[in-house]
Amino acid sequence: MSQSKVIGFAPGGEDTVTIYERSQPGRRAFVAPPIDVPEAPLEELIPQSERRAEAPALPEVSEPEIVRHFNNLSKNNFDLDTGFYPLGSCTMKHNPKVNERVAAFPGHARLHPAQEARYAQGALELMSRLGRALAEVAGLPHVSLQPSAGSHGELAGLLLTRAYHDDRGEPRTKVLTPDTAHGTNPATVRMAGYEVVKVGTAPDGGVDLDDLRRKADGETACLMLTNPNTLGLFDRNISEIARIVHDAGATLYYDGANLNAVMGISRPGDMGFDIVHFNLHKTFSQPHGGGGPGAGPIAVSDRIEPFLPRPQVVEVDPGNGTAPVYDLDLVRPKSIGRLRGFAGNFGVFVRSYAYICSLGGDGLREASDAAVLNANYLKARLAEPGIGEHLPIAFDRPCMHEFVLSGQGARRNLGVKTLDIAKRLLDHRVHPPTVYFPLLVDEAMLIEPTETEPKERLDGFVEAVRAVLEEAAEDPEVARGAPYTTPVRRLDEAGAARRPVVRQPPAGAEPPGDPGDARQVTSGSL
Amino acid sequence: MSRYTSITDSDRRAMLETIGAGSLEEVFADIPAEVRLDRDLELPPGMSELEVTEHLSALATRNRSADEEVTFVGAGMYDHYVPALVDSITQRSEFLTPYTPYQPEISQGGLQVMFEFQTAVSELTGLPVANASLYEGPSSVASAGYLAKLENGRGKLVASRGLHPHSRETLSTYARGFGSRVEETPLDERGATDLEALAAAIDDDTSAVFLQQPNFLGTVEEIGPLVEAAKRTGALCVCAVDPLTLGILKPPGEYGVDVAVGEGQTLGNRLDFGGPSFGFYAAAERYLRKMPGRIAGETVDVDGKRGFVLTLQTREQHIRREKATHNICTSQALNALAGMVYLAWLGRRGIVELGELMARRTDYAREALGLEAINPGPVVREFAVRVPDLDRLMESAREDGVNPGYRLGQDYPEYPDGLLVAITERRTRADIDRLARHAAAVRDEVPA
Ligand SMILES: Cc1ncc(COP(=O)(O)O)c(C=O)c1O
Repeated sequence: MSQSKVIGFAPGGEDTVTIYERSQPGRRAFVAPPIDVPEAPLEELIPQSERRAEAPALPEVSEPEIVRHFNNLSKNNFDLDTGFYPLGSCTMKHNPKVNERVAAFPGHARLHPAQEARYAQGALELMSRLGRALAEVAGLPHVSLQPSAGSHGELAGLLLTRAYHDDRGEPRTKVLTPDTAHGTNPATVRMAGYEVVKVGTAPDGGVDLDDLRRKADGETACLMLTNPNTLGLFDRNISEIARIVHDAGATLYYDGANLNAVMGISRPGDMGFDIVHFNLHKTFSQPHGGGGPGAGPIAVSDRIEPFLPRPQVVEVDPGNGTAPVYDLDLVRPKSIGRLRGFAGNFGVFVRSYAYICSLGGDGLREASDAAVLNANYLKARLAEPGIGEHLPIAFDRPCMHEFVLSGQGARRNLGVKTLDIAKRLLDHRVHPPTVYFPLLVDEAMLIEPTETEPKERLDGFVEAVRAVLEEAAEDPEVARGAPYTTPVRRLDEAGAARRPVVRQPPAGAEPPGDPGDARQVTSGSL
Repeated sequence: MSRYTSITDSDRRAMLETIGAGSLEEVFADIPAEVRLDRDLELPPGMSELEVTEHLSALATRNRSADEEVTFVGAGMYDHYVPALVDSITQRSEFLTPYTPYQPEISQGGLQVMFEFQTAVSELTGLPVANASLYEGPSSVASAGYLAKLENGRGKLVASRGLHPHSRETLSTYARGFGSRVEETPLDERGATDLEALAAAIDDDTSAVFLQQPNFLGTVEEIGPLVEAAKRTGALCVCAVDPLTLGILKPPGEYGVDVAVGEGQTLGNRLDFGGPSFGFYAAAERYLRKMPGRIAGETVDVDGKRGFVLTLQTREQHIRREKATHNICTSQALNALAGMVYLAWLGRRGIVELGELMARRTDYAREALGLEAINPGPVVREFAVRVPDLDRLMESAREDGVNPGYRLGQDYPEYPDGLLVAITERRTRADIDRLARHAAAVRDEVPA
């Protein structure tokens, strides 16, 4: 096997040692404040039956070594602030630094969630303003900021759907999801107590209308849809879809993961959607944090509004010409109730509100324009000879903010799979696209450049892909064995699932036990 | 105006030419006219960074933060000290700006943090397996209810009123979806779960029983008999815990609970008006392939080098779709990192020392206030009292820059005059004495 010519990733350089393995009895970073009250023996305060006998085996490490440990770990991560991250469906756009600064203001970061409303007017006003801005972008009048991420918003949406049908005395049993849907959609359907019914995709990449007509009936509670969908295509039949769904008496749910394509261009409410979720960690620039935190506010139409989660931020006009007063409405008799503690991921709201303030209405529109321009440019360049024959576009139409290539050609022509191409791209210091999603496309690569990438980065990615393919034409083993320059190389995922080691073994513990019923899963899928 | 993009006019021309389109309009041709927005968004124009900072600062100053008063408010989130090293690590781009570690070769930092975090949660709770975070406390409680539904299909969830009111409500919200109902059981005259009432509510259709330690009033519950009652009919036992008390309180695993969950804010996370923080979820081994959330596992690479991957993904939505055991995708990785850094900082002895400090100050505060205790038994970080004239106490203390605590009446009609007082390492004896002076004023002036 030929070795890599690419020297890319700069690993942290230290061997893999956990913080527990750095621990030595007697070391510490924490010094307790002085005990300024009588030192009552603990036995008198807490009965022995409820007391802990032995301290938990947390690490014992000094501050300088804790800092080094985590800093060295950080160097084994690839991140958006370092390089191109075209992870489809995830909207890896730049996270403005000013957002971190304003979120850290003590008035935000040090505000207790049970602070009385009259002492939290700034926070409630911020939430109210953010809600209004999101409502305008969605084209739907009412917002709840409460859900903690996209899939939490989806759950909210289906519980609202359930409450809506129950309220009309017409409970229903099924929810429709296209076969292109993200996995959270069908998983949410089950959690909300509904049966999943899959709707097919037409040859043009949109919803198969005939299939939808067959399946939308009196038992249908909702259709969950992403538009543009997970293929990056805007469904041209959206008005007809809305008509079919509404004629069946069902609600139409908008999975807002792809909203970045259409801000100020087309609004889900105007398309006929009843309920929309936003991923503030995608469209509205909350940093992804290595897998959260995010937030998944929802916007809804008038008929869904009575059921929104508690509490709701309300604006009260004192009526004497003075500024409005904000409060949390906890009553809401028809509400589905809470979805979590307190009022939501406020720190995320601050960042997303700051982002909206920075861009303004025109800036949001510009962001979507640029996201779509970047995606179409990258799609055109990846269709060039030397690439396009190996990675054909799955649906040859103008795309929105992302697009799907199929690795079928590369597999056939070059003997390398999408996974191999993704792994070899790691050596070129770019994050690979989302792979093996959507499921509809064989050997899928879902590519979303976002608006914050300059043309040169896109060109650089094209050259990286071209180099990987040219190299594979000469010797496919290189890609099959990739990556080479990363802190670790391909990892044994099947073994990890068969003999799960999910924590540092306690001191003196036996090595992991029997293999379980491990199933091979595809690395890197979303 | 978007200052985060970099497409110049000449870039645009070149790019459109490559695309083969005369204008961007052509690219948007798939969006039918009837769903196009034919006006500008009605939002204010964009602002400079300086203006954004000033605007957000003006909003922030209209909040009274925990820096501006001496707060005894807790009720699920607490004013603990967050050491400087937490911010310095969580603000590193390498932790702040990647996403879920779908490509493990370039995500070993995040994956190892998850593994270390799972270990810490497992150690604290005394349960063998833990995930890498859920959203926050109450939704983690509700998620345990869903696990119970998948596990035994039964229809009733029994929840002690010692469980946080937000957890009980969130559990009910979720349960209406997955088809269970929640029955609440009362607290007794000492502010602890009424064992008899709990036992009476548990029947053959009980899917899970929910407890909290310490409970919402701060009472250290006698958990053993409650777990025993829960187990009699084969229901799952779920216990919500405050991780920062687990240096001194018995870990839930030692009582034989099936699932321990909780709110992670107390571990190195900001108050942030309620979030983001993280939820944690630990369980007995037999739930490993059913529990929700990301889980990192140790493995080796092709060269035999030690590494970490996301594992047991057949539980998750992206692999199993409608057969997934939960719908969660994005969770709270950065907040869990803060929690892990905090726990490393606190260390094995620190978590005990901090627990002891809280328990002693809490005991001192309850004595010092001299008000009638709603929960006179053991407490460690919070306690509830009856206040003869609660409005007056709130007013007089707040004028003096002291926030006396959380009004229990908003969630517990049975304690209309109840005040829940929280103690952390930030509340010194001097702070407590200051609150006690206000308490003395209302105590002495209102005839018993
Ligand atoms: C299309 C789509 N829907 C839903 C989700 C779920 O969102 P979240 O991860 O915020 O729960 C995602 C996120 O990855 C997505 O890409």
